[in-house]
Amino acid sequence: MRPIVFLEHHGDELDPGALGVLGKAASIGSGEVAGVLAGKGLGALALEAGKFGVSKVYLADDEALVPPLPQPRIDLLESVVRSGGYDTVLFSTSVLAADVAAGLAVRLEAGLNWDLIDLSERDREPVGKRLALQDSVLVDVGWRSEHRIALFRRGVFDVATSDAREPEVEEINVALQEHSRQATIVGHTPREEEGPSIEDAEVIVTGGIGLGGAEHFALAEELAGLLGGVVGATRAAVYKGWYPSASQIGQTGKTVSPRLYIALGISGAVQHKVGMQNSKVIIAINKDAGAPIFEFSDLGVVGDVHTIVPKLVELLRQRSGS
Amino acid sequence: MKVVVCVKHVPEGRLRFDAGGMQLDRSVPGDINDGDRNAIEEALRLKDSYGGEVVVVSVGPEQATESLRAALAMGADRAVLLSDPAAAGSDLVATSRMLSKVLERESADLALFGQQTSDGVGGVVWQAVAERLRLPFVSQVAHLAVDGAKLRAIQQTEFGDNVVEAALPAVVSVNDAINEPRYASLKGKMAAKKKPLEVLALNEVGISATEAGNAGSKTVVLAVAEPPPRANSIRVEDDGSAAQVVFDYLVERQLV
Repeated sequence: MRPIVFLEHHGDELDPGALGVLGKAASIGSGEVAGVLAGKGLGALALEAGKFGVSKVYLADDEALVPPLPQPRIDLLESVVRSGGYDTVLFSTSVLAADVAAGLAVRLEAGLNWDLIDLSERDREPVGKRLALQDSVLVDVGWRSEHRIALFRRGVFDVATSDAREPEVEEINVALQEHSRQATIVGHTPREEEGPSIEDAEVIVTGGIGLGGAEHFALAEELAGLLGGVVGATRAAVYKGWYPSASQIGQTGKTVSPRLYIALGISGAVQHKVGMQNSKVIIAINKDAGAPIFEFSDLGVVGDVHTIVPKLVELLRQRSGS
Repeated sequence: MKVVVCVKHVPEGRLRFDAGGMQLDRSVPGDINDGDRNAIEEALRLKDSYGGEVVVVSVGPEQATESLRAALAMGADRAVLLSDPAAAGSDLVATSRMLSKVLERESADLALFGQQTSDGVGGVVWQAVAERLRLPFVSQVAHLAVDGAKLRAIQQTEFGDNVVEAALPAVVSVNDAINEPRYASLKGKMAAKKKPLEVLALNEVGISATEAGNAGSKTVVLAVAEPPPRANSIRVEDDGSAAQVVFDYLVERQLV
């Protein structure tokens, strides 16, 4: 396998999802893994990627690659993969990465396996792992094309620094195809962030419809405060206006993988599950004993959040007071 | 303007594999993929503003005609289904080839897709179709406007909203924030029965059997197994002591 990773970046930060995939790729086979970085003035980022296991970075320093549009990146990756002789292209899922991966699959007539949670080598052939059918089965998937494309579930690998080495950096130019120049970004509104970023939080307490109203989110905030965490909300709770949309976790919101995830009054529909299932420890409190969330919780409590959480808050207070 | 909406017929309820154990069982009752309703709604709104035609397109088993009829009942003008036994088991490469052939035949100003399907959670088809057609595409669109020969879209991403302009013809996938899909009226359902619904086979769009289905696919399922359960999962009913149980659990695992 000759792997190459799409190193997505935003501002002056490499995407942690892509760095996780980089670490995974470096742990398989020869350990040699390349990366592609596109934008303007990214020399320092290219060197920084060395800390996470990349041995060679293709750096496309081009004004045309500054806006995060997929199609110019498809042109770039096609060119690098073909000229560099890479056979496996790896992505950490994001709106941009999925767009690039899908387009690249067509250019290379390559198989694309998505939503992967792991990758290994068997008889020198890469094999991916994927959860399917609403995560009820674990599937081993393979490729039968000259090039292979793998999209990994966001946040599935921890970011690990390896022995710092300086990667080889090769500057490259890309010729854009006609149809890749037909879209432009004319405006951008950053996601409004208040307080600590939910994606970086070690502890998240999330409220769903079962909380019963906007006023009950104070309970979630109190618990999160005592645990040093932040508060999240399901799409349904956000939709009802109970909590800001920047806190939404799930398919149309953020994907998180904290050390501790506490779900209050959340049924655990698959749309929510995909945003939080990589959490290390999941505790769920819900009145409905049949709620799907109990199927993927480490500790499931069938009961009323409005009686249990205040008591838990009290216990935590006593402990921190002692 | 002419808008084509690509819809997918997905199995309802709990998903399972077929007898062979490697493919989704699509013989069970199904319905139109939820996210596709937003795409149909958006197409109908564009038609309300600019006139023209809304065509719904699907690739799938014969039962997919049910989903196409549902789209016609919402207000689409006509439907095209590409259905062929040789198409079963198609992956992204093969599916995008089939859809792009149908879209080529329609040559619309705009092709709309719904976000992620409920059966595969893929979210990678429209980009592949757009690349085959060599058209610009925009994903995760929460607001869409058309102005002459170009579109203007608000795209939601993990890092904020982008305002994207693209030349038409183009491919757009909408998310569920874009609108509230209408329900089909009784009158709409009656009218849908009389609207044209064309069923095509692979050879009618110039695709050979070896380019579709398993034969035309570049990915393969090697094995299927039970996922490992969360190790040592605990379940308790609250008898008044649940707060203490949670507290002890947190302390034991050094989470506080």
